[in-house]
Formats: sequence, structure tokens, C-alpha cells
Amino acid sequence: MPGSVTSDVIKPPAPPRGGGFGGGGGSDGWGSSRRASMTGLFVLLAATTMAFAAFTSAYVVRRGVSNDWIAFPLPRILWVTSAILILSSVLLELARRSLKGGRRTEFNRYWTAGTALGILFLLGQGYAWRELASAGIFVATNPSSSFFYLLTAAHGLHILGGLTALVYVDVEALRLKLGPGKRTAVDVSAVFWHFVDGLWIYLMALFLIWG
Amino acid sequence: MSSPAIHGAHHAPQGFIRRYVFSLDHKVIGIQYYFLALFSVLVGMSLSLLMRYHMIHPDAKVAWFASLWPTAAQGGIMTPELYLSLMTMHGTIMVFFVLTTAPQSGFGNFFLPIQIGAEDMAFPVLNMLSFWTTFLALAVMVAAFFVQGGPPLAGWTAYPPLSAVPQAGPGEGLGQTLWIVSIAIFCGASLMGAINFIATTIDLRCQGMSLMRMPLTCWTWFVTAILGLLGFAVLLAAGVLLILDRSAGTSFFLPAGLLVSDQILNHKGGSPLLWQHLFWFFGHPEVYIAILPGMGVTSQILATFSRKPVFGYRAMVFAILGIGFLGFMVWGHHMFMSGMSPYSAMAFSVLTMAIGVPSAIKTFNWIGTIWGGSIRLTTAMLFALGFVSLFVTGGLSGIFLGQPALDLYFHDTYFVVGHFHMIMGVAAIFGMFAGTFYWFPKMFGRMLNETLGKIHFYMTFVGVYAIFTPMHFLGIAGNPRRYSDFTNFDFLGKLLPVHFFMTQAAYFTAAAQILFFINLFWSMKKGKKATANPWEATTLEWTVPSPPPFDNFAGHHPVVKHGPYEYSVPGAPRDYIMQTDPVDMHAA
Repeated sequence: MPGSVTSDVIKPPAPPRGGGFGGGGGSDGWGSSRRASMTGLFVLLAATTMAFAAFTSAYVVRRGVSNDWIAFPLPRILWVTSAILILSSVLLELARRSLKGGRRTEFNRYWTAGTALGILFLLGQGYAWRELASAGIFVATNPSSSFFYLLTAAHGLHILGGLTALVYVDVEALRLKLGPGKRTAVDVSAVFWHFVDGLWIYLMALFLIWG
Repeated sequence: MSSPAIHGAHHAPQGFIRRYVFSLDHKVIGIQYYFLALFSVLVGMSLSLLMRYHMIHPDAKVAWFASLWPTAAQGGIMTPELYLSLMTMHGTIMVFFVLTTAPQSGFGNFFLPIQIGAEDMAFPVLNMLSFWTTFLALAVMVAAFFVQGGPPLAGWTAYPPLSAVPQAGPGEGLGQTLWIVSIAIFCGASLMGAINFIATTIDLRCQGMSLMRMPLTCWTWFVTAILGLLGFAVLLAAGVLLILDRSAGTSFFLPAGLLVSDQILNHKGGSPLLWQHLFWFFGHPEVYIAILPGMGVTSQILATFSRKPVFGYRAMVFAILGIGFLGFMVWGHHMFMSGMSPYSAMAFSVLTMAIGVPSAIKTFNWIGTIWGGSIRLTTAMLFALGFVSLFVTGGLSGIFLGQPALDLYFHDTYFVVGHFHMIMGVAAIFGMFAGTFYWFPKMFGRMLNETLGKIHFYMTFVGVYAIFTPMHFLGIAGNPRRYSDFTNFDFLGKLLPVHFFMTQAAYFTAAAQILFFINLFWSMKKGKKATANPWEATTLEWTVPSPPPFDNFAGHHPVVKHGPYEYSVPGAPRDYIMQTDPVDMHAA
């Protein structure tokens, strides 16, 4: 049904004569759900970037404004979780490539593995928190630990959001319900996942350089 | 309608809840936002009247004060703390739930999709969620009135240490916590709204609606959405830090050695100025979030009722973009008092002055638009002209405040109160009135009463100038702001008659608003039926019936062939060419 507003995203009407882009560029721009979803995603990523930029600026200012900053050694498991997260991104990319080649079973395998690694990452982050807590380092112990908990928690929330999307796609795929209309969900969740992956690498660099 | 493509029309869902409560229709959501803002403006205005009353009768015993606030107004006398919490809630509710909500989320939701030829926002469910999240934020904010200790007193800017120390005063406990939670929820709602506005503008424009054919209203909603997106993300981050300082024992904003209620706090090393930087990085763009949609509406209305194209459409677009861009680089001018390096102050000052350039471009183009036009003085036109007047008055005092040397003197005086109420408060409100009178026929299918509207305009216009102009003189005379009582100071005693005058003006202006409410609700039911294009305007919303059908274009896909403001084109059969009219309408 063209242009239905009963679903979350407006469905595009039949492709306009002459094809090409909508958006006022000379063809029929009546709602391209895929393009709008990608735009919405990048807008969301811009907002997330701003929030973490604000945290970063607070981090740098707070570190420099007083002499009470005490660095602590990062829990070693973070290296493992970082590797897990990067690997999960690679697996999602392989999954997308399989989907493009029409190899659905392969897609399911890669995507499920990537999702599982994402869950593993989150568990690893929890383990890192426990390790810090058992070493007597809590949120209010020192500004360095305040920021560590804050940034890992904020990142963890984004991981949780990303995982929700990955699991949704996975369930749909395993139930063989991943029609062409859901390719957008695959791309949106994969791009979001790569973003939180990159965000984590950035945070690791921040902890290592300024921690 | 010249569109060749006809698709099946869609019908609204039938159930009351799906149709009016949890509606996915952008028009219903826009009206929901509008009424949310209308409720909020009533609350905010009542608070300001209470404050104005208290300033001239600081010792008055009012029985119902005591029943409303048993502790904060014991015996019916308002405490200074209660005054501060009224001030905080007035500012917060007005800025977030009126100025941010009505012009952007209200009118923008209703008219952005129609004006660009789309049948709805890009993500209708997200749109509905965004409204109900805003509603939740308002509920949490209003709840702060009813908790122990009452509402917070740290101002709408919530400066720490006051806002970060729960035991620092009444209202700084649960009241302040609710304030931060409400603002955080509001940030989430704004983010959802921004995603929708941006994706809709970029991807859902109809055939022929190139960026440079968009009405200026759409440009302002688009840029405002970008400002909201970037600004509210930073405010959310700052709010999280503040909550942690309050409840998790961290020291982001709290320095060492704070003595509160005879106790030294455990915090150490934090910087209250860090909050100010983060807050104003959001706070200054917020000013433009409030005013930009008003600028768009004003441009649209001035062109319509002068029967002339907007003077310098391109320049207007670049001025909107320029204001949006520069808005992020001037937050420091709110902090000249913070002891910043004079070099930084100089940089912020120069950048602030630079905003005068796009602002002046807009003002001169508005004058150019009405210059020599065949002006139709409708109520909408009057409010648009009022907007220009208030924007100029409020903008000029901004040039004074942008100078660090002058700001050091003016900063904590009524000069600032006069300045920001003129430009951010009243000018933006005039934009909303203008929008209401212009678009009401399209929104509700009936006309507002013009006579009542004009009386309302003249009373309001005189009223707001009478309230806010004297504030500038008070500021120059050194009258501090945020004081609840001026009677104990010799040098302020002589200024009391001015305060008396301003309070009377506030009563007068508030009374004038009764006319507006009567007009609004009476016309909704009994007003004259509106035709599709009562103003003989050009943009797409006037091509469809009033009110528009559920999917806006009843299955047609509009095709745009003209710019948004083709009025009085030589040789055309009538003095306006609608955006969907055939191309050869130009032919002489």
C-alpha cells in the first residue's frame, strides 16, 4: 500500500517514472522509507556524537582544572572485549555481503555469531566493572573512575540499543521472515553497530591517552 | 491540482484513541503539541503574575498562598525562596514547553509535511512517541510543584553548586531532581522530533520541491531541528553529570570546601563553570530554536499580505543558516561575569556582533518585502509586523550586552530581563500568534474573528512594551534581578513606582489574553467556515481543503512548478501563482 501511515515508516510508492532520487530533485519524492531511515540513522548518530563530545570536553576540562586526578590501570579484560567487538562488526559485514550474494543461510550464521559476540562484549564490560569494584574503585572514588563508569555505562546503553536491533533482525532472519523490505533494518542496525564499535575504540583511546 | 499521479486516498483510523490520543497523523500531533504549549503558557503566565504581584506587595498576606504552599508561604506571606522557585518554574516551563514546543513541534508538525508535499512525517510512530514523551516531561516538571520542599530555585539555567547540592535549600531536594529528570526526558523527545523533521525535509519533498523552492518556514523548521539535535544532546550529557553529582557523590561540578548548612561537603575538585559552558553551549542555540520558526512564519506572512515575493529569498535562507551556525559559537557571552580571560571574552564578543549581520539581513529584507506592497492589515499581518518590531527592539539591546565591559554592569540587572523577554519571549510569542491567526483556518476549518483579533493585538502590543521597556531603564539604574523584594534598599525604593507600573501593565496584558482564548475556542466551534485558500496564498497547504484530509493530498501527488512566493507576477491572471499552478502562468 503506497504511503501507508499505519506502520512506523512510510512505505514508498511505486518507483516514479524516470526513476532516480526524490527529494524535489525532479522525480516523485513521496516517501522513500529506505532513504529516510538512513537519514534518520545519521541524524541519530550526529546526536550521539554530540553527547560524547560533551562528555569528552567535560573529561578534558575536569582533568585539567584540579590536581586530584588519579589514573588507574584499565582492567585487562577490556582488551579482550575490544577484540570481541571489532570481530562482531567484521562478522556483521560478512553477513551483509552474504545477503547481497543471496546466501541466506550463510547470512544467518554470520549475523547470529555477530550478535552473540555483541552480547559477550556487554558481559565482558560488566566483568570489568566488577573487577574495578573489587579493587575498591567506585564511581565516586576519583574523577577518573567517575568518567570511566559514566562513559562505559553510556556506551553500554548504546550497545544495548544496538543489540535490540541485531536480535530483532536475527529473529526475523531465523524465522525466514527477512523479506526485501527488511533489508533496511539490516543496514541500519549494522551501520549503528559499526558506529558504537568505532565509539568504543575512541573511548579506549581516550582512557589510554588521558586516563 | 495538477498532479498526474493519483494513488488511493487513505482514511483516518476510526477509534477515538487511535484518532485523537495516540494518533500517528502529523496534523493531530501538531495540534496536541499546540495545546500542550497553550496549557504551559497559562501556567507560566500565572507564575509571572504572582511574581509581579509579590514585587510590589512583598508583605501582603494572601490567604490562598498559605493554602497552596503551607510551608513556603506560611501565614500567606511569600518567602524569597518561594519567589525563586516560581521564577525557576516560569523560566523552565516557558522556555522548554512553550517556546521550544509550539513554534517547532506544534506548527512544524502540522505544516512541514503539507508544505513540502508529503503525506506525513517520515516516522509517524516516532512522532507520536515524541509528543507523549514531551507530555511525560511536562507531567514530571509540574509534579515538582507538589513534592516536599516544592519546586527548585536554581533558575532555568540550574547553575551548580545550588542545583547540585540537595540540602542547599527547599526545592533543591526532590524538586530539583524532578527538574533534571524532566529536562532529560524532554531532551529525548526533542531528539526524536529532530530526527523526524530532518529526515522528512531531506527525503519526503514532492516532485519539483527543490530546496530553494521550500517556503522559508520549512527552512527555519529544518535548521531549528538541527540546532535542537546538537544542542539537546549536550544538555542531556550535562544533565547526567549533574544527577551524578547530586546522587552518586561524584565531583564534576562541585568544588572542595563547600559549606552548606554548617557542614563541609565531601566533594572536591569540580568546576561549577564546567556546567555553565555545557549549559550555554545548548542554551544559546536554544534562543534560536525559539525564534527561528517565528522568523519563518513572519517572512511567509509579510509576503502573503504585502502581495509581494519575500525580498531576497536566497539571502534569507543563508541568513537562517548563518544564524544557526554562529549560534553555536557564542555561548561564552552568557559567561562574561565568570572571570574568563578578556581575550576569550573579546572573541565571544566579536562573534556575537557577527550575528548582527544575518539578523540585519533578515530585518532589512522584511522591510524590503513590505516596501511598496499592497498591504492587507489582517491580524496575522499585524502580529508579523509586531514580531519585526520586537525583534529589532530586543536585538538592539543585545548589542549592548554583547560588549563585555557593558555586560559586567548589566548582567545581573533588569536590563538582561528586559532584553531576553523582548527577543526570546515576546517576539517568539508574537510569531506564534501570527502563525495561529494565519493557519487557524487550515487547522480547524474556520476563521478566527478578525475584530477581536485586532483588539487583542493592539492591547498585547502596547502591553508588552509597557512591561518590558521600563526594565531596561531599571537595569541602567542598577536594579538587580532575581530579588524578590526591593523595599529594604534605599536606591531601589525610588524605583518602586516603575515596578508598580510594570505590574499593572502585566495585569493588563494578561487580561488581553482572555480575548485570545475566547476567540480561539469560540471560533473553533462557531467561526466562519474557511475556504481552501482564504488568504490567497501560494504554498502547498492552501491547495488542499481546510482542514486537510487525513493524508493531506487525498491520494494526489502534488507537483511543484513555482517558487514559494510568486505574488504580483507581471502578466499573470491573478496576483498570486500557487506552487502547483501550471508553468505557463508566467506567460505575459
